[in-house]
Amino acid sequence: MEFMLSEEQRMLQESVSGFLESHCPLDRVRSAADAEESMANDVHAGLCELGIPGIVIPEEFGGVGMGFLEAALVAEALGGAVAPVPFTATSTMVPVALLAAGSEAQKQNWLPKIASGEICVAVGVTEQLGRRESDGIKAKNGRLNGKAMFVLEGMEAHGYLIADSTGALHLVDADANGLSRTKLKTIDRTRSVAEISLDATPADVLPGSVSDREPLLSTIDAGRLMLAADTLGAAQAMLDQAIAYAKERRQFNRPIGSFQAVKHMCAEMAAELEPCRSLVWYAAHSVHAMPTEARLMACHAKAHLSEVGQFVARTATEVHGGMGFTDLLGLHYWFKRIGFNRQLLGAPELIREEAARVQGLVS
Amino acid sequence: MDLAYSVEHEAYREQLRSFLKKNRNKSPGTGSGAMAANDWQQLLIENGYAALTVPKEYGGAGLAPDILKSHILAEEFTLAKVRPGHSGDNRIVPVLLELGTEEQKQRFIPPTVRGEMLWCQGYSEPGSGSDLASLQTRAHVDGDDFVINGQKIWTSGAKTAHMMFCLVRTEPDAPKHQGISYLLIPMGIPGMEVRPLKQMTGDSIFNEVFFTDCRVPTTEIVGSRGEGWYVANATLKHERGGLGDPNQAASRFHEVLELMKNETIDGRRLIDIPSYRDRAMALQARVFAMKFNGMRVLSHNIKNEEPGLPRWIVKLQGCELNHQIAGLAIDVMGELGILYDESPYIRDQGMWQHRYMMDLGLIIGGGTAQIQKNIIGERALGLPKEPKFDKPI
Repeated sequence: MEFMLSEEQRMLQESVSGFLESHCPLDRVRSAADAEESMANDVHAGLCELGIPGIVIPEEFGGVGMGFLEAALVAEALGGAVAPVPFTATSTMVPVALLAAGSEAQKQNWLPKIASGEICVAVGVTEQLGRRESDGIKAKNGRLNGKAMFVLEGMEAHGYLIADSTGALHLVDADANGLSRTKLKTIDRTRSVAEISLDATPADVLPGSVSDREPLLSTIDAGRLMLAADTLGAAQAMLDQAIAYAKERRQFNRPIGSFQAVKHMCAEMAAELEPCRSLVWYAAHSVHAMPTEARLMACHAKAHLSEVGQFVARTATEVHGGMGFTDLLGLHYWFKRIGFNRQLLGAPELIREEAARVQGLVS
Repeated sequence: MDLAYSVEHEAYREQLRSFLKKNRNKSPGTGSGAMAANDWQQLLIENGYAALTVPKEYGGAGLAPDILKSHILAEEFTLAKVRPGHSGDNRIVPVLLELGTEEQKQRFIPPTVRGEMLWCQGYSEPGSGSDLASLQTRAHVDGDDFVINGQKIWTSGAKTAHMMFCLVRTEPDAPKHQGISYLLIPMGIPGMEVRPLKQMTGDSIFNEVFFTDCRVPTTEIVGSRGEGWYVANATLKHERGGLGDPNQAASRFHEVLELMKNETIDGRRLIDIPSYRDRAMALQARVFAMKFNGMRVLSHNIKNEEPGLPRWIVKLQGCELNHQIAGLAIDVMGELGILYDESPYIRDQGMWQHRYMMDLGLIIGGGTAQIQKNIIGERALGLPKEPKFDKPI
């Protein structure tokens, strides 16, 4: 019985965090956001050298063949640095879909390029989580028609994994005929979201997803888990900054952290956030070790981290007083990243309903 | 990350299971064939399932400490719904083992471990709650005796206890933390009066204890005069570790879920009402998070490492979680939720209202939520302490 990270997992954490600390400081995040870069190419290139894009892709397809706990540690580090790079969709959701439902040729064609970071693949599944206005994808004779909204990591992508109205998953090249993409501006300028319009666009369906919803569902599970881990890292970074500020900022001739009003805000954030770490670890570990629990745990991790993340985001901002509200301090990059993670792939109420359904509590 | 148990521990679990299967009808409270509580305790000690680490010479099972075995033991007794054994009293026995004289160990530990000697804790006073070290109950030496005057409050079990471990001020001129001694006082001695303190639940678990010229021999002290604060901190540590147990929250949550599946309103199961279901799921996520946090603490303890923050938050978060679980049970029952005592239509003997109040008591007791937040802020997060404005005692 050992519920803690291994030496290797801690080393992975340190190498990713260490790289981001030196190559993706807040100034770099800011310059990427201001220039409306769809991703920070230099940061992404460095992560590729560390093998990050292929973290869960098996070695036979050019990846490093690690598990979802390792992927969650990466997502946590990326959230901690508010890194403007793709990861959740291209490095976890797409590999899960391909490994579960792809043909041998599809895996050979896509996985090695994703693992090396040569290409990124975005994911559009929101229609399966709740239809909006005009979205909806119809598949017919190997072609797709319609519109996918909120396509995650959509602007920098070379390819798309799109769910049609039956839940079947299709791979589409970014430069395929009839495909057009529009950037959707969100509060989080560190990640890209696109609307993808398809007009008789040639698509390659994943054969295992045609009459089985399971590949779609595990793809969504993976995404939820990674967004939860990202929020964990982002919220921890906000808490760390709040504690540092509370120790250094003085009013009434005392550090403000010596006042119980401020100290208790910090203690409450820590007390709420620390068990979340164990929840994320367990949820990630369960993907391989306890697959029957994995969906429920991914739901709980996503919903609970969204709630605790929101609490930490507003409270850490308050600890900073007026400075917390400024653009200058940059705390808002984390605030917005946490807000983004909360809404994507299902906001808390929707996911809690899913958690109840998974347990057979919805009749 | 490895959630499996070693071969040795799996074998231990199997052995324990077959013991429980064979002997469960002897457990007190199971009807005919049940043993008296103290005989059951003795059977458990003999088999190595109670008072595990208390040495044999003091009546325990004399086993080497094994945190995981203790954990398995607690799990299996809960699962089998069999009354677990005890280590005598997990506040006083560790203190005596660590700091008592040989004579004190011989005299007090064996009957305590057998369950024949019950203890109560004389710490809090009307004027000394969170600021415990300001306590005012005094003892002065007269011949071979301490003579004690003062008052204690929140004394659980004072009516049934045989002994009290008690903090008293023996050195009035010393700084407040250095003027306290830790005394062992027999209950019912002349000059002692115990008055039950009725609680909001209607029970009287707590008492006030008054001392008027009560005499105990000067040998009945643990540690030296003026060292009582340090002796007591060893026991506070034990008490704090136990409050907010995540396994208790998990089993209570399971009970609420069962309630929601079985109880109906307008012919609709409570679990089928979306807003109730949503609250249940939000709490379930917290229950899991605290359970896994507990596994993390356990893993560090096994390796003899300080768990740090995951440990400091257990009391605060765990007690609050229990309170919210009880609150949910009451809310989903609607009007049925207010029934109490022996009312018609009452569900689960009214235990949810009882727990809702008791859990609030536990949020306050054993170090209030606000004191917990100070501890987390200062010890775990390194935030500066408040300036002190203490006056001399």
